This record gives sequence, C-alpha cells and structure tokens, in this order.
Amino acid sequence: MSATQHLDFTQIYHHSPFHDRIEAISQVKSWSAWNGVQTARVFDTVASEYFAARSTTSVMDLTPMEKYRITGPDANEYLNHLVTRDVSKLKPGRVSYVVWCNDEGKVIDDGTIFHLREGEYRLCAAHHQLDWLLLSAEGYDVEIEEETFDIAALSVQGPTSCSVLTAAGIDGLDSLKPFGLIHANLNGFEVCVSRTGFTGDLGYELWCDPEHALAMWDAIFDVKARGLYDVRPLGLEALAMVRVEAGFILPGDDFNPADSTVRAGHDRSPFELGLGWLVNFDKPYFTGKKALLAEKQKPTARQMVKLVVEGNKLPVDSFLFDRKNGKRVGTIKAYTWSPILKANLAFAEIDTKNGVVPQEVWAEIYYSKELEWHSTWAKCSVTDKPFWNPERKSMTPPSAF
Amino acid sequence: MTNQTVVIGGGHNGLVCATYLAKAGHKVLLLEARDQLGGPASTTEFAEGFKSSVAHVLHSLNNKVATDLQLGQAGLERGEAVNTIALSADGNHLTLAKNVVSGNGLSESDLATYANFKSDFQAYAKALEPLTMNKPPRLKDMDTQDKFTLGKLGFKLRFGLGKDNMREFLRVGGINIYDVLKDSFESEALMGAIAFDAVMGHHMGPRTPNTVLSYLNHVRGEIYGDQSIPKGGMGQVVNALESAAKKAGVTIRTNAKVAKIKVENSQVTGVQLEGGEQIAATTVVSNADAKQTFINLVGGRQLDAMFSHRVKSVRAKGNVAKLHFAVKGLPKFTGLDENQLCQRLIVCPSLRYAEHAFNAAKYGEFSKNPILEITIPSLKDASMAPDGHHVVSISASFAPYQLKQGWQQGGDDFIATVLSVLEQYAPGISEQIVAKEMLSPVDIEQQYGTSGGHWHHGEIALDQLFMMRPVYGAAQYDTPVDGLFLCGATAHPGGGITGIPGHNAAKRILSMGGR
Ligand SMILES: Cc1cc2nc3c(=O)[nH]c(=O)nc-3n(C[C@H](O)[C@H](O)[C@H](O)COP(=O)(O)OP(=O)(O)OC[C@H]3O[C@@H](n4cnc5c(N)ncnc54)[C@H](O)[C@@H]3O)c2cc1C
Repeated sequence: MSATQHLDFTQIYHHSPFHDRIEAISQVKSWSAWNGVQTARVFDTVASEYFAARSTTSVMDLTPMEKYRITGPDANEYLNHLVTRDVSKLKPGRVSYVVWCNDEGKVIDDGTIFHLREGEYRLCAAHHQLDWLLLSAEGYDVEIEEETFDIAALSVQGPTSCSVLTAAGIDGLDSLKPFGLIHANLNGFEVCVSRTGFTGDLGYELWCDPEHALAMWDAIFDVKARGLYDVRPLGLEALAMVRVEAGFILPGDDFNPADSTVRAGHDRSPFELGLGWLVNFDKPYFTGKKALLAEKQKPTARQMVKLVVEGNKLPVDSFLFDRKNGKRVGTIKAYTWSPILKANLAFAEIDTKNGVVPQEVWAEIYYSKELEWHSTWAKCSVTDKPFWNPERKSMTPPSAF
Repeated sequence: MTNQTVVIGGGHNGLVCATYLAKAGHKVLLLEARDQLGGPASTTEFAEGFKSSVAHVLHSLNNKVATDLQLGQAGLERGEAVNTIALSADGNHLTLAKNVVSGNGLSESDLATYANFKSDFQAYAKALEPLTMNKPPRLKDMDTQDKFTLGKLGFKLRFGLGKDNMREFLRVGGINIYDVLKDSFESEALMGAIAFDAVMGHHMGPRTPNTVLSYLNHVRGEIYGDQSIPKGGMGQVVNALESAAKKAGVTIRTNAKVAKIKVENSQVTGVQLEGGEQIAATTVVSNADAKQTFINLVGGRQLDAMFSHRVKSVRAKGNVAKLHFAVKGLPKFTGLDENQLCQRLIVCPSLRYAEHAFNAAKYGEFSKNPILEITIPSLKDASMAPDGHHVVSISASFAPYQLKQGWQQGGDDFIATVLSVLEQYAPGISEQIVAKEMLSPVDIEQQYGTSGGHWHHGEIALDQLFMMRPVYGAAQYDTPVDGLFLCGATAHPGGGITGIPGHNAAKRILSMGGR
C-alpha cells in the first residue's frame, strides 16, 4: 500500500507489507488497528513476547508509524524551527528524539528525526502530522512528503538483537552507537539500520523498500530457524509494558496532544511533561519559544513523573494524594507490572509545590477480590531515571549476549 | 541605543499614528516606499495635466483625529457635503442624502422607511463607537481598558439603543443586506443604491451573510459628518496630515522601502531598507497590511507556525478596479445638471444587478455589468485637469484580484466593459476620452504594497473583525514580536480614510510604553 494510493474505506484493516508473515505467526489472532493497519495485540502470550524483548530478541512491525520525508535546501533550518530541541548540528547518520509544540508552547506530538543522508531527513511521529508540518513551512524552502507506507520497517529489540542481525547478514553493527544509523546491505538489497527503539534496551530499527519487506523478515527469523538465537514477534500489549519500563511517554495515552485538545488547560508543555531537557532557548526562533520562555518565568504547576509503586497492587487509574487520606495531588496516567524489575511502575501527573516535585505520594488503589471491592494505600516514590536502563543499551560495541 | 520609533509606510494611518507618537515625545522616523505619501489616498498625475486619487470620496475621517491633530490648521478642507445619486438610464435618478431620499417616483412608504432605516443604522453605528475607538477587547485575560470598553459597549447597546432596537440590531447584525432591505423597501432602485454601500470594496454580494455589518461599517462615517469630494483629491487630506506630522516633529523619508523588519529573540531591533541601509529602532509600527508585515517583512522564521498560517489565511483579495478617464469637455449624464455632476454618482440599479455583478467574481471573472462609483474631481478643483478638460474617476466592481485570464490579458476588456455601462448613463462619453488609466487590484497591490489590492487590507467580515482583526494574536495593535505594532487598515476597525487604526495604535503603543 502506498501513501498515494486511495484507501478502501470498506476495509477495516489494511495490510502491512509484512502481513503474510504476521498472519501466519499469530497464534491467537488478536488484532488492533494501528494507523489503520492490522496489528497484533498478542501473538501467542504476552509473557513470552515480553521476555523475548527483555532476554532474547523481539521483532515488531513498525510500518504503520507516521513517517515523513523532509528535503530541500532549508530542511535542517525548517526542522529546527519546528521542534524545541536544537537539531542544527544533527549530522548525517544520527537520530534525535524531539517534541514539537503549538504557538502556545503545548506539545503536539513527539518523534524522532533521522538525518538519513546529507540534507535528507525522516521525521517519525506518533500521530498524523502532515497538516502541521506543511503549515509550519512558511519561510522555508523545503519539500515535505508523507512516506508512511512507502517504507517497510521492523523494530528488532533485545539483548541478542545485535547478534541476531549480524547473523542475519548485516555488517557494521559493532560500531553503530545509540542514535546512530547506517545504510547496510542485506542479501543484495539496501536496509537502513538505526540503533533506536521503544523498549529502553539494546535494539535496532530496520527500514527498507516494501518490495524487500518479506525478505528482511525472513532473514531475521531464519536466524531462529537455523537454531542460532531465539527470535519472537512482539505485540502491542507486551510493548505497552516495556515502554513504561523504558520510561517513554505516549502522546494521546499519557497526555492530550495539543492539536486535539478542546478544553483550556488540558494540553501540556514540555516542562509539564518532564521533557524540559528537550527545550533549547539558545537556538533561533522555534514555534512555541515565546510561550515557553514566558512559562519558564513561573514555577511549573504540575509535572509528569515516573513512580515506583510499593506493594503488589497495580495503581489502575488511581488518584494520588500527598499522604494517606490527604490532599489529592495527581492521577496515574499509565502503569505496568514489571516482571523483570519485580515492581509496579507508573507515569503520573502530580502537582508541584512551588515548582518542586514532591518525592513521595500515595496512591489510593481500588481492587477486586472475587468480585468484592477493596481499597488500599500504596506509597509511591518518584524517580528521575528510566526504570529499566541496562548498560548494554549504550555500550558500543554491545557484547554478544 | 536611543529610543527610535520607525513607522513603515506613510499612508494616512501611518501619518496619523506617527503624529500622535511624536506629540507624545517619541522620536519618529516615517519611511514611505513611494515617492509620495498617502498610499491610495495620494493625488497623482495619471496623464499629463490630469490628476486623481484612487480613494476619491471622503466618508468618515474621524473627528477626534481631525481635532487632536489640528488638521484644520494644517490645511484640511473636507469640502461641502455631497449626496449620492443613483443613476438610472432613463434619467430618473434617485438622490440619497444622509436621511432623506428623493426622486424616481418613490412611494410614500419608501420615503418614510428610508429616514427610519438610516436613523436606526446610525444608532447602531453609534452604539458600536466604544468598540471603534479602542483596541478590541480580548475575551480572555482582559485588562481594565478592555473591561471598560465592553462595559461601555453593553451600556450603549442596551440603553443607548433601547430594548427594541437592541433586539433588532442583534437580529440583523450577522445576516445579509438583501433580506433586510426586502423586508423594508419596495423600490428596486432604492434597494440597489443602499446595497451598493454594503458590497463596494468587499468580496460580497447583497445576499452574502455579513453584508449588514459591512453596511454598518460604511454608515459609521455618517455619524462623524458628511461625505465629500475633497478639493484637490484625497491628496489634500494627506497633505494636511503631512504638515501636522512635520509640525509634531516626525522625520519623513519617501523612496524608502522597507525590505525587512529585524527581529532578535522576538524583539524588534530595527528595519532594513531595500538597498541595504539598516535603521535601528526600539519600536516599529507598520502601516502595511498583515501579510506584508509578517510574511514578507518579518518572515515565518521569526514567528510561531500557526500565527504565520493565520496571517497567510486572511482573506484579502481585492475586488475593485480604479479607472481614471481624462475627458475633453464636461461629460453629459442623462438627466443630470452640472451641480448634480459634483455629487457622488453610483450605478447599481437593483439588488439583482449587484448580485449578478458579484456572481462573476466567485468564478474569477469580472462583472459583465459592474457596479460603479463615479466622481468628477475636476469640478471641485479645476487644477485637476487642463483647461476645458475634466477627470472622471471610477471605482468599478467586481474586478477580482485573481482574474481567470490575468489582468494583463483582461485589463482592456474590463475598460471596455466599464465604458459600455457608462455609455448607458452618459451617452457619447467614450468619444470625449483623451487618456485613461486602469488600476486592477494587482496594480494596486504592486503600486501601493497592499496584499491583494484590497480596499480594507483584508475583508470586513465577522471572522476578521474586532478581536480577530487582522488575526487572533495581533488584534490589539501589538503583535507577537515585541516592539512591533500594526497601525493600518489591516487592524481594527479596517479601511477607508478614517485615521482610526492609526489613532488606536498610537494609544496602544503609548499605554504599553508608558510615554
Ligand atoms: C480602488 C480603491 C478605491 C478606494 N476608494 C476609497 C474611497 O473612495 N474612500 C475611502 O475612504 N477609502 C477608499 N479606499 C480605501 C482606502 O484607500 C484604504 O482603506 C486606505 O488607504 C488605507 O489606509 P492606510 O493608511 O491604512 O494604508 P495605505 O493607504 O494602503 O498606506 C500604506 C502605505 O504604506 C506604504 N508601504 C507599504 N509597504 C511598505 C514598505 N515595505 N516600506 C515602506 N512603505 C510601505 C505604502 O506605499 C502606502 O503608502 C479605496 C481603496 C481602493 C483599493
């Protein structure tokens, strides 16, 4: 399916170029639409997929992710005006995590900028952005094209992912640093490999022409067939666990994207999301700069934080309080039980005290035991670091596990 | 750095604003792109010995502005009041004074209704005055001035108009002039003549929603005084403004086209002229329209994306062409004597005529039967034309900015079209013509630097008025760029030779800058 082709709206699910393999490998046939594309929620069991990502290698189809190609003489300056981070020095072969804001300095979306080749960029976004990208182009000589379905992409993540890809026939991964990318050859076709991902572990994303999609899939799963390393597909449910462990927030899930926020005050700035480190006031003007500078004058009233929740109960949609039975200070936005850390983890939005984030809050947790409801209190401590942050994530070369 | 204020553009609003600021102690430098001040209000020679101004009827110069700036002492002569004569091919014309209409066999009912209709609309315009002479209030985060303005507006609407009139105003405020006129009048000729003032200068026909509002915008002038055709053309008003500006200490440079407004960290730092000269400034006031100011002079790189987008989306495609004919002898209009030729003549014989004229513009065509506003300025001032000659000055609509075949191609056809209409009312006039000039909206854009060549620097419509004029984010004369202000027709309350945007902008600048 190409971006330029008309979609058939009578069809509920559209198929990615990996569809045949995904359909075949799915045991439970549990599907969701991601950007209109049939995507597995679970392939066999969440546990086996989760542990593949954490202990061996997991593979996920990334094709439905929004992708845009940005080229032209002003491509870099354009991007630098679009996003809050300084990407003026992003070299070819490098990737940067970014957010972009509306005029009021509220986050519209997050994503990554790939500097593919000199002057050629790819922007990956969580949500559809073409309209915003186009209307942000005033004053720049750039070409902006959606290429979501013109690129087939796989996310290959896990401690053995480097070994798997090397065994599959991709050279040069040993020297590829986190947030770097290379153009490699795989059995005669070109694959772009970036050391990026959404699991917070060692991992890579592979990008190729949809024409070679199945060959790319097969090369990776062939490593398993050859009995070298275990390789398993990853569904959305296991992804939801690992992304919380990794500390990645999701626009639309954890906060309301500014362009779809209707009620005043329901959108969020990078500072409120704990993403202040992505805002650079020293670079030339960017959309939202003036508003963000003004916001900085005052202490941030609330902030998204990472919480470790004590006890064995998940803080499902819980309210947060400054102490047991105390004042309400926030709400849980996302949560997971982390099998590998043996802890309940969550993202939450909490009120600050004059701009200072309280380090400890209490969750009131409702839970049901044989259809009877109970409530309990759980102490939550704020942490700044990603919950799951293994050394191999940033080691180059990553050792063979 | 010394405190330098630069005004970009010496249109009448730029001059008004500059003068107020200079009087309040600002050191003001005014830079005008052309060799002459006044924009379309300047009187220019269009053929050897023949002069005219693009804007030719003075409706609404604001009295407070005239008094504050002592324009009388500076040489302003508004000229005597003129009526509007709605032409009829058979010579059976209608004469419309402010509150009285006569001629063309009008019924008793129409005669009476006209007086009431006009006084009602004048009352509505008066009720809106608190809004006119102040920055439009923001609805969120109001300051004291905004609350005061809204309070006064509420009071005037409720108690100035009275309950019944307020209700009527709220009923008609957003609808079209066609329905309102049809409810009130019988005579097609009279309805056509009134609708003329609702659509001239806009991309609207009588049935277009919003035309009651555009009519009200026109009627505002009537509460300040009478319409007139100034002696010497509109340039005379500009000359008076120029003297007042100079007297107040404004330094004026013509042939000084600003190429760039310089901005650092969202703060204006000065301007750069075409040719490279840099002028540092702490305050920059732009008389140019929003698109020129933000898109061309500041540039999208210094602005937030949605703000640029809003500015680019302002509807500002002109629909009026200006024709100047140099004629030998005084043209003869069927049924008009020489005194009547000194009045403002219009061609818009019915609502249907105006609607059909507008229809063409929707499809990028000019009207086969355009509506016309005709003056003969040389009757007010003989020096406008050589001995034994006259100038016929015509605003003709609809003449869309984006003409399908382009104005290079279509220009001559449009002149011929206008002349063929004119011939119906002034048979033989074509033979008297010795020279002519036609300014399409594209020409007006090029010569006067107004985007789309638009009369009002942007349509007068509910979504582009008040706290939305020219766009949200720049509707109180200050802009997202600190130290940069708007003072022209692009800002509240819009175009025409009124001086109001210039006055309001100065008031805003002074209240923000403390001087
Ligand atoms: C065809 C036509 C007929 C009209 N007839 C009438 C009429 O009869 N009566 C009436 O009341 N109104 C009339 N108008 C409307 C009236 O002319 C305008 O609304 C009015 O001139 C606006 O005044 P202003 O001072 O805001 O802007 P303008 O008069 O447009 O002045 C802007 C000035 O800024 C200058 N400028 C622009 N860019 C730059 C730059 N980069 N550097 C330096 N200088 C720059 C321009 O040269 C110009 O002098 C008419 C308009 C048109 C188009």
